[in-house]
Amino acid sequence: MINFILRRVVTSVVLLIIISMVTFGVFFMVPKLAGTNPAELYVGKSATPADVAATARKLGLDKPIYVQYGEFMKGLVAGREYDNGPDKTHCAAPCFGYSFRNDRPVWPLLLDRLPVTISLTVGAAIIWLLGGVLAGVISALRRGSVLDRIVMVVALAGVSLPIYFTGLLAQLFFVHNLHWFKGGEYVNFADDPFGWANKLFLGWVTLALLYAATYARLTRAQMLETVSEDYIRTARAKGLRERVVVGKHAMRSVLTPIVTIFGLDLGAALGGAILTESVFSLPGIGRLSIDAVNTKDLPVVLGVTLFGAMFIVLANFLVDIVYAVIDPRVRLS
Amino acid sequence: MKGVDMATDLLADGQSASGGTARSGPQTFLDVRDLRIHFPTDDGLVKAVDGLSFSLERGRTLGIVGESGSGKSVTSLGILGLHRQSRAKVSGEVWLDGEELIAASAERVRSLRGQRMSMIFQDPLTAMHPYFSVGAQIVEAYRVHHNVSKKVARQHAIDMLGRVGIPQPAKRVDDYPHQFSGGMRQRAMIAMALVNNPELLIADEPTTALDVTVQAQILDLIRDLQEEFQSAVIMITHDLGVVAELADDILVMYGGKSVEYGAAETIFRRPEHPYAWGLLGSMPRVDREVRERLIPVKGTPPSLINLPSGCAFHPRCPYEGRNGIPCRTQVPTLAEGSDHGVACHIPPADRQRIFSEDIAPAL
Repeated sequence: MINFILRRVVTSVVLLIIISMVTFGVFFMVPKLAGTNPAELYVGKSATPADVAATARKLGLDKPIYVQYGEFMKGLVAGREYDNGPDKTHCAAPCFGYSFRNDRPVWPLLLDRLPVTISLTVGAAIIWLLGGVLAGVISALRRGSVLDRIVMVVALAGVSLPIYFTGLLAQLFFVHNLHWFKGGEYVNFADDPFGWANKLFLGWVTLALLYAATYARLTRAQMLETVSEDYIRTARAKGLRERVVVGKHAMRSVLTPIVTIFGLDLGAALGGAILTESVFSLPGIGRLSIDAVNTKDLPVVLGVTLFGAMFIVLANFLVDIVYAVIDPRVRLS
Repeated sequence: MKGVDMATDLLADGQSASGGTARSGPQTFLDVRDLRIHFPTDDGLVKAVDGLSFSLERGRTLGIVGESGSGKSVTSLGILGLHRQSRAKVSGEVWLDGEELIAASAERVRSLRGQRMSMIFQDPLTAMHPYFSVGAQIVEAYRVHHNVSKKVARQHAIDMLGRVGIPQPAKRVDDYPHQFSGGMRQRAMIAMALVNNPELLIADEPTTALDVTVQAQILDLIRDLQEEFQSAVIMITHDLGVVAELADDILVMYGGKSVEYGAAETIFRRPEHPYAWGLLGSMPRVDREVRERLIPVKGTPPSLINLPSGCAFHPRCPYEGRNGIPCRTQVPTLAEGSDHGVACHIPPADRQRIFSEDIAPAL
C-alpha cells in the first residue's frame, strides 16, 4: 500500500511538471511564434519601444524560453524578484507569475477567488452526488415504471441543457419573478451564512443538475448490471433481506465507479466552473480565468490553468488511493 | 387435505426409506410436484421447466442431468424461490419437510433460504462478492439466521473453512475471493452454503470450473459433509461421471421436462430413454479407440419457446417414428408410481431390447 501511494505521488508530480511545461510553452512561446511580443501586452498601447524592452527585461521575457521556464519553476518553489535595476517587484513563493493588469502576484489573486469556487463546487457536489445516486437507484429498482421514465427524462434534459440556459431561466423565475432568492453580490460564509447560501443556492442546483443527470444515468445502468450479477443471486440465496442485498451488496459495487468519476468531476469543477460563475456572477476562479482571457492577462491565464490542472491531478491521485481502499483487487496490480 | 397426507406420510415413511428409489410418498423431505417455471419474453413464453416432479429423502442424493438449457438450474433456483415474481411465472408445489414453498410468503421462503436449504453455485469467482472478504461473506450468511456476535460468527466461519479443507483458515478468513485459487474458492463457497447446516443442499455444477483432481476432492468433500449433516443433496450437472460417483437417484431432463427418472444404478445399467443413451454415449471412455471414445448426441438442444411437437426429443431421436409410434404428435409422459419412469413412446420391451442389443455393446 505504501509502495502504491509512493508510486502514485511520483506519477502525479511528473504529470504536473509535464503539464506546466506544455502550458508554459503554449502561453509564452506561441505568442512569440505568432510575432507578438508578450511584453507589449503589459505596457499599454502608447508605450515606447524602450518601455517594452524594459518590461521584457524585468519579466525575463528577453531570455530563452527554457531559462524563463526555469525561473518560473524556481519562483513557484522559492519566490521570485522581478528586477530591472531600480524597478523591483517581489513575488513570494509560490509565485505563479505577476499580473500587471491587477498589479498583484497571481497566487493571492487565486487564493482570493478560491473560497467562492469551493463554496459553489462543494455545495453543488453534495447535491449532485446524493441526488444523482438516489435518483439512479430508485430508477433502477422501479425499472420501466412511470417514476423511472420521469427521472430519465429529467436526466436527459439535465445533461442536454447548457448552464447558460438553465441558469438564466432559474434566475428569471426564482430571483426576478418569484423573489425567492436575492441577486446581488457574493458574501462570505463567515460574514453572513444565510446570505451566502441564498446567493449560492441557484448556482448549486444549476451546476448540480448538469452532473446529477450523468450520475443518475450511470447509477441506474450500474445498478441494473449489478443486480443481475451472480454474487447478488448468492446474497439472496443466503437468505439476506432485499434491503441488505440492494443496500449493501449491490450498492458496494455501484458506488465504486461513482466514487471514481465523482473525484474527477469535483477536481475539474474546482478548477473553475466558468459558466456557472459567469451566469450567477460569482467571483470565483472561473470568473478570474474568463476575465484574464478577455484582458490577455497571460500570467493569470497560466496560473489558473496550472491551478486547475493541479486540482485534477490531485483528484486523480486521491481517486486512485480511494479506489485501492474500496476495491481490494486493485492493490495487487 | 394436507393433514390426511401427513398421516399417510407417517405410515408410509418406513417403506420409502427401505424402498430406496425415487418414487416415495408425499411425506418425503423434499417433494416437488408438477413444477412449472415460465418466463414471458418479447419472443414468446419460455417454458424453462414444464411439469417437473421428483422427491428426495434426507441423507440421499438426487442427480439432475441434462444439457445446457434443459432447465436444471432454473429448477434449483425455483426451489429456493430465487426467481423474480415480475420475471418468472412459477406454479406447482414444492414441499420442504411438510411446508409448501411456492405459495408461501416471500419473507417465509427468505427465512428458510440459506438456513434449511442452501445452494452451491457453479462459478465461485462470480458467485462471491469481489469486494467482501471470504470470511465476511460466510459470517454474514451465518448471522442472517443466528443471533450471535460477529466474533462468534467469525470463529464459526474459521471452523467451517477448516472443515472444508482450507489450510490456515484463521489467516485465510480475511482474504478476498480473488486471492483464493479456483478449488479453494469452491471450498469457501461450500463452507458458506453449509455454514447453517442446511437440510437441503443444491449443488449447481459445483465442479465445472475446476480441474479434474480438484473435482474429485470437492465431490468427496460434499459427500463427507452430507454424511455428517444428513442433508438431502441435489446435484445438478451435465457430467454423468459426477452423478455416477454421488447420486442415489437420477433425473434426466430434456427441454424442461423429466424424460427418465429412477435409481442411479438403473439409469446407468438399464437406461431406456434414447436421450439417456445419447448422454451415456457422450461420456468419454479411455478404454476405447480414440475415434470411438465419444458418441455425441446429434442435433442441438430445442428452443424452449417453440418446443418440437409431441416428444420434444423426436427431431434428434434415431428411433423416431418406428412402427408408427406417435412421436411427433403425442407428448409422452413419465409413468407415475413406478420405480423407473421413462417418457418415451417406444414400448418398454422394445426399449429394453434396443438397449441391450444395439446400445450397450457400443458403450
